[in-house]
Amino acid sequence: MKKIFLSTSFLFLSLLSAFAQSNGVEMATGLRSSGKIWVVVLVVLTLFIGIFIYLFTMDRRIKKLEKDK
Amino acid sequence: MRKIWWKILAASFVCISIVAGFIGPVPELPILNETIRNVYFHVPMWFAMITLYTISMVYSVKYLSSGKVEFDTIAVEAVNTGIVFCFLGLLTGMQWANITWGDPWPNDPKLNGSAIATLMYLAYLVLRNALEEEQKRAKISAVYNIFAFPIMVVLLYILPKLTDSLHPGSGGNSTFGDLDMDNYMRPVFYTAVAGWILTGVWICTLRYRIRLIENKRTQLS
Repeated sequence: MKKIFLSTSFLFLSLLSAFAQSNGVEMATGLRSSGKIWVVVLVVLTLFIGIFIYLFTMDRRIKKLEKDK
Repeated sequence: MRKIWWKILAASFVCISIVAGFIGPVPELPILNETIRNVYFHVPMWFAMITLYTISMVYSVKYLSSGKVEFDTIAVEAVNTGIVFCFLGLLTGMQWANITWGDPWPNDPKLNGSAIATLMYLAYLVLRNALEEEQKRAKISAVYNIFAFPIMVVLLYILPKLTDSLHPGSGGNSTFGDLDMDNYMRPVFYTAVAGWILTGVWICTLRYRIRLIENKRTQLS
């Protein structure tokens, strides 16, 4: 189990470093495409997912209070 | 209203509208540039607000005809939530107007109308706090609420359409439907509106449920 984890993490890290090295030419890859607007989208999306998770937890807490009665 | 599916729908609609609103194609127009995307975020605030005010008005009528205290509580909490969306709409509108119109508050009939409408609903909340006796408070504020609603509709949606306003669709200004030739913006806009309306109603129900628990506590003690 440990071996598999180590090997996959090594693979992932080496892939990541390869990705970082081949950065000479700007390509439309993932978060770097079109003026990096996707980064902003990601940030705003994270904020709103956070807000909605907050709403859901509040909903659950209120439900618990209602059951106590 | 305690089912979870429409809450998930609300969250996913808002998230979809954020991604599609930032990335999707928009018509290229001078002065507006990319700020046309604000339609997806600023306008749904007003839709959420008017939905909540409508709910409040309906429950005020229901309260007057039945005398159930819960209906009055729904009416208050709907206004409480609606006013938050109203302020968010005003604030985002001012930020955008400062750049595109060159003034955060040009003397536009729609802006002045929304200011008066906001004050009217703030007065509703102040009126409630001013009255001590519970039944009298509920009855008077319900009547006030029923009268405030059509005035708000006239101020926000009818008067600006009759005179020259900077907002689209008034005084010979083209609507967004005319500008958006390929009609790409329409589905994104409606998704955003639906998502924000559902989110507003959700927050309103949360407030209502908290208020119910509070009322029970005060009755017990």
